[in-house]
Amino acid sequence: MIPPKFEYLAPTSLAEATAFLAAHPEEAKVVAGGQSLVPVLKLRLARPGYLVDLGRISGLSYIREEAGTIAIGALTTYAEIKESALLREKCPLLPQTAAVIADVQVRNRGTIGGSLSHADPSADMPAPILALGAELKAVGPKGERRIAVENFFHGMFATALAPDEILTEIRVPVLTGQRSAYLKAARRATDFALVGVAVRMRVGKNETCDEIAIGVTGVADKAYRPAAVERALAGKRLEPKAIEQAAAAAVQGVEPLGNIHGSAEYRANLARLYVARAIAAAK
Amino acid sequence: MHKIKVKINGTDYENEVEPRLLLVHYLRDKAHLTGTHVGCDTGNCGACTVFLNGKPVKSCNMLAVQADGADLMTVEGLARGGALHPVQEAFLDKFAVQCGYCTPGMMLSALALLKSNPKPSEAEIREAIEGNICMCTGYQQIVDAIAHAADLMGQSRSA
Repeated sequence: MIPPKFEYLAPTSLAEATAFLAAHPEEAKVVAGGQSLVPVLKLRLARPGYLVDLGRISGLSYIREEAGTIAIGALTTYAEIKESALLREKCPLLPQTAAVIADVQVRNRGTIGGSLSHADPSADMPAPILALGAELKAVGPKGERRIAVENFFHGMFATALAPDEILTEIRVPVLTGQRSAYLKAARRATDFALVGVAVRMRVGKNETCDEIAIGVTGVADKAYRPAAVERALAGKRLEPKAIEQAAAAAVQGVEPLGNIHGSAEYRANLARLYVARAIAAAK
Repeated sequence: MHKIKVKINGTDYENEVEPRLLLVHYLRDKAHLTGTHVGCDTGNCGACTVFLNGKPVKSCNMLAVQADGADLMTVEGLARGGALHPVQEAFLDKFAVQCGYCTPGMMLSALALLKSNPKPSEAEIREAIEGNICMCTGYQQIVDAIAHAADLMGQSRSA
């Protein structure tokens, strides 16, 4: 399969990139690692006039601790997140998720910023980013702004980013002492998630759930937090029965979608199962 | 057209390419290195695996222009001066080849693993080739070959 024709730009600064996007808001598409976009181009599901490659802009790939948070550059690859000693110690939910995204080769190219900006409803990364309550930094021609993750995903392949904005940084809290897990159901191990569930929680004495945040991907048109499950478990002892009862509300308030890989009913059932399993697996 | 410069298996290349040219087609049709295969063409099978700056990537899933300035290695870069690389020896010794279509990608994924983990467990070997699909010989001989390659490379290091 051959992508359609497009003009290719490789700006060396964010200012150059966003100025170009502002001048061509309808025709330009941003590419980072290209692990989602190149297949989309090959299938000709997108026909951008211009491809703006962020790969030549330096300073967008980093993982560093800053004042109680961890700042991750948008061009940081899944492989770098999986291997990061800092994240493994202080925010293991991200390496736990990165480890089950696609395969070795795709993890070497795919970026966290690319995945979030692409907003595929079956992508893995939105789930932990929601559960972590991340803050996203977007840069446009008029400067930068911070977007809370709960306002970032608007729907299938749609985000809060304006056509001339580029996601540059993801900021997550330091979570030392919390338990976390990411579990996904997929037809093949390297596939997108049929259902993916990220959990982080603070567990007190006697296995009491002092705080819990859950992100679910793959079920609806965008990743979401099952608030009813979180409310049902807050302050409760984490016993199998309590977890199972709470997880029954996993799709409350959302509309599960069906496609060739699984009906809406099947996904809803998987969501209930995997929410319960992810909570039980969190460590 | 865009001018790109890359190093492939130690040799410098400079070509004018269309932006939409995939790296795998650049390697095969412009650099005439046909050891890198087009398998599924959807980023799943790994037959197109090459090293980009030392790391395995799927060359059907990136544009040649994105590789401008990069150091690439293809399966043709494994053997040196007619002598097979230990990974190639191991694939022969363990009959890890049937039709051979997946083999270039399998060997590069194997080498990527052994560079960072010289003594992998069977589970680690299987995880390292999760992005490479074989549709005929089955995976057991390939897993055996990679374990054998680890032994051969260990011997040549201690020799």
